[in-house]
Amino acid sequence: MEERSKAIQDRIRDKAKELLSKKAVDLIIGFGEWTLPLRTTPIFIRSPEGVDRLIWNSFCENNLATYLHKFAQFKVGLVVKGCDARSIIALSLEKRFKPDQLFLIGVPCQRMVDRRKVKRAVKGEILRAYEQGDQIIVEGEDFKKALDRNNFLYPSCQVCTHRTPSQVNALVGDPVEESPLTETHPEIMEFEKESPEERWRFFEKESSRCIRCYACREVCPMCYCNECFVDSSNPKWIDKGPSPSDLEFYHIVRAYHQTGRCSGCGACERACPMEIRLTYLTQKLNLDVKELFDFETGIDKETLPPLSTYEMEDKQEFIK
Amino acid sequence: MKLKLDKKDFKPFLQSLIEEYDLFAPVQLVEGVSVFKKIDHPDEVDLSTPNPQKPAKELFFPQSETMFRYEKAGKKNQMTSMEEVKRERILFGARPCDIEAISMLEKVFVGEGDTDVYFLEKRKKTTIMGLGCNHPLSTCFCSSAGGDPFLRAGSDLFFVDLGEAYFVELLTEKGMAFHKNKFFKEADPKDLTLVKEFEEKAFEKVGYAIPVEGIEKRLDLMGESSFWDRIHEKCIGCRICTYLCPTCHCFDIVDEGEHQRGQRVRNWDSCLSPLYSLETSGHNPRPTCRERTRQRLMHKFNYFPKNFGQVACVGCGRCILYCPVHFDIRQAIIWTSPKRPKRFGGGTI
Repeated sequence: MEERSKAIQDRIRDKAKELLSKKAVDLIIGFGEWTLPLRTTPIFIRSPEGVDRLIWNSFCENNLATYLHKFAQFKVGLVVKGCDARSIIALSLEKRFKPDQLFLIGVPCQRMVDRRKVKRAVKGEILRAYEQGDQIIVEGEDFKKALDRNNFLYPSCQVCTHRTPSQVNALVGDPVEESPLTETHPEIMEFEKESPEERWRFFEKESSRCIRCYACREVCPMCYCNECFVDSSNPKWIDKGPSPSDLEFYHIVRAYHQTGRCSGCGACERACPMEIRLTYLTQKLNLDVKELFDFETGIDKETLPPLSTYEMEDKQEFIK
Repeated sequence: MKLKLDKKDFKPFLQSLIEEYDLFAPVQLVEGVSVFKKIDHPDEVDLSTPNPQKPAKELFFPQSETMFRYEKAGKKNQMTSMEEVKRERILFGARPCDIEAISMLEKVFVGEGDTDVYFLEKRKKTTIMGLGCNHPLSTCFCSSAGGDPFLRAGSDLFFVDLGEAYFVELLTEKGMAFHKNKFFKEADPKDLTLVKEFEEKAFEKVGYAIPVEGIEKRLDLMGESSFWDRIHEKCIGCRICTYLCPTCHCFDIVDEGEHQRGQRVRNWDSCLSPLYSLETSGHNPRPTCRERTRQRLMHKFNYFPKNFGQVACVGCGRCILYCPVHFDIRQAIIWTSPKRPKRFGGGTI
């Protein structure tokens, strides 16, 4: 795995250097190493000399498409995984940027490693982590442990069937096989077995931990409203405090607003400091949209998401 | 006064506290996520993680707090102030960083002449039982921020986990009230030696120097520096670093309810949100993430020191651990300084 990552990393750097040298883009947004193990950080490179800071490994968990809103006035070269590229297509359908404003450096993704799951697998603080073959080696003050990376992947990555980004400007790696590791999102399977009361209790318990930091909203490329409904004071849709009903309201509406727009990247869940499960809601909506409308987010550049359009043939069983 | 509490007596001790006080301590909500919460049973207390996600500040400055209720009955208006704390409280198991932060908040909320009754009432009625930090994380930098893993200041009683027992120090008048507690025994000299050992180990861990010293002066000259053009780039403008910060204390006051009855509530607010500085006219003096990030760092390391003589950062490392885009405040501090440590933390720079 680390050899494949290394080859991809070299190609990302080459492409970035080329784009910056001929001034085809103003900046490259990619992943860089930073201070914590099991993490990377978004980096912004403006000169060809800086490209060696770009890295690729199994910890590139952020969806960098979210930065397009912040860097809307620039020509951006963006490093994208399959899910990130799908967000870009969804955003292009919503006319969020001009087509010539972007250069996508697509990476066929190896599925990203769940840092929290890794942390839980050992006692003591992990001070160093790296990949070796199909293993993640973690080291602390008095331990060294090898973990099988396939047991430590994000839920959203386990079910992913679009790891190779499509419709990118440059693909910097061989396409990967698209079969998922698990057929359905593991949490959805659990959830669907339960009674409506149990499901509500689960949702209630998860949303009760919310501190309204809105990290789930801010990391999501699809949450870009100038004024989010939670921030609106006229009309006021929701109170500002952490009362259960307000927290639940926020989480339901956040999920619903993603219908047919969510690429299933899982960035929202990874961002949550209180580790609230979020993707079981959005992934379930994704499954419903697929079943009802045969639509998947960010695959086709022409078709609008079902809730953004209307056709005479639409199913209307819900109208009684 | 130096005492100790055997581990076998720990739960009965907590139980005795619950009977007399409202006891607040770290509680695990799900694996890996904990907060300070009111304890109903000693088994709920979980001291396995160094610091809960949410700092102990929320016991004194809750995320959401009703200040008063109002009601219109006929021609009369009735207002009920809500600051009263009915039962004496104990905060158990907060680390020195969180406790130092509470002392900082005290400077803000209990100033000369303008005292915040909501904060003061809670502070007055709380006894703080601090817990020494035997195993600081690699993200901790309390020593650089003016504290240390065993800082006693701010605690009424101070506990150190010795394995088989807790070493207990009674530090203030409030603490001395516990000197006849039936679970406390006289400490041995060898317990003191053990405490020293734990202290030395912990000090070594946080011993790397982040150049906090002198930052106020350095930032004086950096108001319009290009530093701000770059440092904000990865920030996505969520509120994690401010809400989980033990020293951040901005709030927003709103009226909830209707004409006849309702309540005035104050909620945590965050300078990283565009809404924070948005004026009624539509003008926003901090229009982009650049100005907002600058505000966060300037308030901590320039304005607060000017007002209160110390930086508004205790080095707990929460903002580093929980940032979704891995912003590292230590690095920001380093960049303001010509003194640069070679390496810190677990990764590479």
